[in-house]
Amino acid sequence: MKFSILVNEGPYTHQASDTAYQFAKAVLAKGHEIFRIFYYHDGVNNATRLTTPPQDDRNIVARWSKLAEEHKLDMVVCVAAAQRRGIVDEGEMKRNGKDATNLAPGFRISGLGQLIEAGIQSDRLVVFGD
Amino acid sequence: MLHIINKSPYDRCAVDSALATGAGVILLIEDGVYAAVKGGAEEKKIKGALGRFKFYALIADLEARGLGDRVIDGITPVDYAGFVDLVAENKTCQSWL
Repeated sequence: MKFSILVNEGPYTHQASDTAYQFAKAVLAKGHEIFRIFYYHDGVNNATRLTTPPQDDRNIVARWSKLAEEHKLDMVVCVAAAQRRGIVDEGEMKRNGKDATNLAPGFRISGLGQLIEAGIQSDRLVVFGD
Repeated sequence: MLHIINKSPYDRCAVDSALATGAGVILLIEDGVYAAVKGGAEEKKIKGALGRFKFYALIADLEARGLGDRVIDGITPVDYAGFVDLVAENKTCQSWL
């Protein structure tokens, strides 16, 4: 079965990004496919490579990147939500005259159409948030 | 329909909202598992709805809160794989955020 996941909460907030991650792993372990993970609202903060959690804590961002690499996941960050919160890739840096990028590996910035498409193309869309 | 509830019943009224839909499946996760506690304020409500709803609670979140052995009879504990199965078995799912 084809799943998509919507993450609406930032890392280290309550529990949604942790639950979403554990759910994604369980989906893959069951042999299902993940069509896309979409990060919206404060969820875009899951995609900054500049976070430095304590060494004995889980690294939520790096964990997503690793999962994406291992399973060739499509992890999409909402562009409007990302601009508001300072999540920047090469293209956004140039377009908005910024001096740095911080998008973590495995993520890409795109529009809400990607969420709608995920809803249409997937058998199930599961929402995690605050 | 699968209702996914992640808020404590002492914080939000998501359990009431889900029960008001009439019938279905309710999965309690994160702070939502506080609704699954034996002797809690939700017990009567949940027991009264057992004929119309199937209730599940995420084991990891129960155990993280020390509630693993205090679950209301009739609520089935599930792991993340069980969570995935519930989503797959139900045609639609609603996260009560």
